[in-house]
Amino acid sequence: MRHVGNRVARPEGPAKVEGRAVYVDDIPRAKDEWVGGTLRSPVAHGKLRCIERGDFDFSRVVVVTAEDIPGDNVQALIVDDQPILCADTVRHVEEPIALVAAPDQGTLCAALDALEPRIDPLEPVFDAERSQDVQSEISIDKGDVDATFEGATRIVEGEYHTDSQEQLYIETQGMIADPPTADGTITVRGSLQCPHYVQKALRRAFAVPPEKARVVQCETGGGFGGKEDYPSVVACHAALLAHASGHRVRMVYDRNEDLLATPKRHPSRVRHRTVVADDGTLLAMDIDVLLDGGAYTTLSPVVLSRGVIHAAGAYRCDNIRIRGRVVGTNHVPYGAFRGFGAPQVCFAIERQMDRIAASLGIHPVVIRQRNMLRLGDRTATSQLLKESVGSEEVLRRILAHTGFDRHEWRKERSGNKRRGVGLSFFYHGAGFTGSGEEMLKGKVTVELDDDGCALVRAGSTEIGQGKNAMFTAIAADALGAEPDAITIVDPDTAAVPDSGPTVASRTCMIVGGCLDKACRTLADRVGGDPNTPFRERASAFVRGGGDAVATETYGSPPGLQWDQNAYRGDAYPVFGWAADVAEVEVDLTTFDVEIVRFVTCVDVGHAIQPQIVEGQIEGGTLQSIGWSHIEVMTAENGRFRQDRLATCIIPTSLDTPPIDVLLVEEPFSNGPFGAKGVGELPMDGGAPAIASAIEDAIGVHVTHVPATPERLLEAWLEAHPDDAFFEAKR
Amino acid sequence: MIQFRLNGEAVSVDAHPMARLLSVLRRDLRLTGTKEGCGEGECGACSVVVDGKVVNSCLIPMSQIDGTEVLTIEGSGHANIQDHFLAEGGTQCGICTPGMIMATRAFLEDAEATGAAIDEDSVRAALAGNLCRCTGYGKIVAAVLAAARTEGDA
Repeated sequence: MRHVGNRVARPEGPAKVEGRAVYVDDIPRAKDEWVGGTLRSPVAHGKLRCIERGDFDFSRVVVVTAEDIPGDNVQALIVDDQPILCADTVRHVEEPIALVAAPDQGTLCAALDALEPRIDPLEPVFDAERSQDVQSEISIDKGDVDATFEGATRIVEGEYHTDSQEQLYIETQGMIADPPTADGTITVRGSLQCPHYVQKALRRAFAVPPEKARVVQCETGGGFGGKEDYPSVVACHAALLAHASGHRVRMVYDRNEDLLATPKRHPSRVRHRTVVADDGTLLAMDIDVLLDGGAYTTLSPVVLSRGVIHAAGAYRCDNIRIRGRVVGTNHVPYGAFRGFGAPQVCFAIERQMDRIAASLGIHPVVIRQRNMLRLGDRTATSQLLKESVGSEEVLRRILAHTGFDRHEWRKERSGNKRRGVGLSFFYHGAGFTGSGEEMLKGKVTVELDDDGCALVRAGSTEIGQGKNAMFTAIAADALGAEPDAITIVDPDTAAVPDSGPTVASRTCMIVGGCLDKACRTLADRVGGDPNTPFRERASAFVRGGGDAVATETYGSPPGLQWDQNAYRGDAYPVFGWAADVAEVEVDLTTFDVEIVRFVTCVDVGHAIQPQIVEGQIEGGTLQSIGWSHIEVMTAENGRFRQDRLATCIIPTSLDTPPIDVLLVEEPFSNGPFGAKGVGELPMDGGAPAIASAIEDAIGVHVTHVPATPERLLEAWLEAHPDDAFFEAKR
Repeated sequence: MIQFRLNGEAVSVDAHPMARLLSVLRRDLRLTGTKEGCGEGECGACSVVVDGKVVNSCLIPMSQIDGTEVLTIEGSGHANIQDHFLAEGGTQCGICTPGMIMATRAFLEDAEATGAAIDEDSVRAALAGNLCRCTGYGKIVAAVLAAARTEGDA
């Protein structure tokens, strides 16, 4: 292993730092190219009566409505409830109603201004608790919860809330579509995570076979889940306009449209009731998870699934009942964001564990040590943890590094600026849930050319996470070649197989695993003296007529069992484990929270590219830190208030503490070189660790993130109703 | 006609005086290394250097550019910074990177001219107008500090 574990240059790196990398809006404008725009609903719920055309010469533009769609008016994903263009009932603000293509931006704006949707308003539902529209419901039952509650002497109850969060990729959504060729092929190129999802959506919209819907990924300026499903919407819109106008059509959202119309993290409410023994042992957990899914199902059932499976946290308990549901409202549909349901439930269980510790008067570390899942234990779904369990090691390492176990948590502190320290302990399943990978059957093809170079063909996208460098390292070591003999083919559905989506922390572990196997197959075929450079041997092999192509299809490790109906069994091939320690300073005049220091310790199996892994952990951690107290995302009458970057705030370099990353490597036998997923795990622990640190600093139990100054003041006043300073200001 | 020097060469463009410098660079001059992230001066993806100062090119009307010296990511003289961004892992998705590099260049040149301290705090302050959603900033700060140590060697 010479390249795995050692730094391999990002193949696309030089183009990025020199400004040569081509993102979708950097593609030069074609001579007869048009620009596309979307007419959207101003109201959250209503009956669309008609679209009135005002004073404008519509012969200058092309307008597309629902009836102009050649195939099904369905945004193909999981459930067929979302139209590409609204035909009848408007279900959320900013819902697409019509599309316009024009020769230039000015004409486009004038045309959009002249279109007026007439909508008879209907009563909207914004409160998830009151929604009767259940998009998905999942239960997990283990042991006998009711019997344990009956004889219980100590029950700890808590209710926790998390607000939405915007992915805030710095490059907005964008697509360029070409009109159909003579043989009817539609081509779109753009900013996206999952080319084959986009292809599936186009196939449905145009009723064409896969080879007639070509999707090309441009350099993509961040995704974080936000470019998992929504690019299919933009692609269908752009392609419909190209089809109708006969021109190449560019649709690149400005930030305002991107913030208002695209999916964000599901808001959540989680209730915990826990039976605890006097020594802190968890005897029974009764958990109720509610997510707001927004107006259409999109990815919500899968988000709920991950949320429910992770709801009991990284803890052992024989009696567990989890009830989860995601409900429809008239909010803009919520969707994928790094962590995918786990950050919400992780916040809840970690706060609940602190609450249990406080109720027993024991240290937060002790309650976690007493109950943490270890090798040989069973999870909430009764999954036996057979290998690669870094739970004890991540906690040991972070305590050795921070000394948090000797910190007197929730000690009464004084002064106007109060410091506190908090801990979170968590795990995250890598790859698709249950039999998901088995059904996806992700593929990778590796092909040797005459010069002995390897072309890696995979549908996995580079979205900044380092896929290209990571695949290069895996391929180089599996072949016994140098990185300069490896070319990672850019995702284009006409040139790469479907490796499954670039989501769920699966690209390294699942697709990288297939790549590893395909390369080893080729290395075996090429054979020869390992002291002779691989390229020389491979070139001779190919020129001699050897079989130069190897395709590997993912197969689950032997023995994995998952019962989708009972939600029981091996929910994931393996878990990543982590612990965070945050130190904060809270200003008791402004209730501003400053993060003084942040330490995270993560079990990644094996770091294929340590620098890239650290970058993933630092970046994911900062997103979690942002969500904990800075990033406010709220809706009013179904419309997001934070509709521009002046109001939609994410951390700057000055809001960011130094983040210490400690890596633990408990290898996973079925991952490439022992690696397992890391992308999402860092998003789970930051918010609860910071909430715990705030609680330590000022003694209020933080149950709702983001913990804004307003929320902290409210909690402070509840705990100190006689506080004279604030009483005067009320 | 608006005349200025762009990456060391004299250019003149026929642009509306209120046209955004960003749009002129990207659309008229085909220099797409400068990115648009928000269009209102919050994200810094469009950072360029005008007369030695880093600015958000989305906020600068062309009338202010007449007679200035404009430097973009396509210009020369930032190879050392670019190398360190690569070596330290300071670029992930890359969309903020050109702006980060231009802000870094202005910061390092200013520090050299004024003798101001270059340390973690001053680097974080200098880059506070440039948002990055991928890295958590740590590796960007490390890249800038490393570039500062070797500036002049390149």
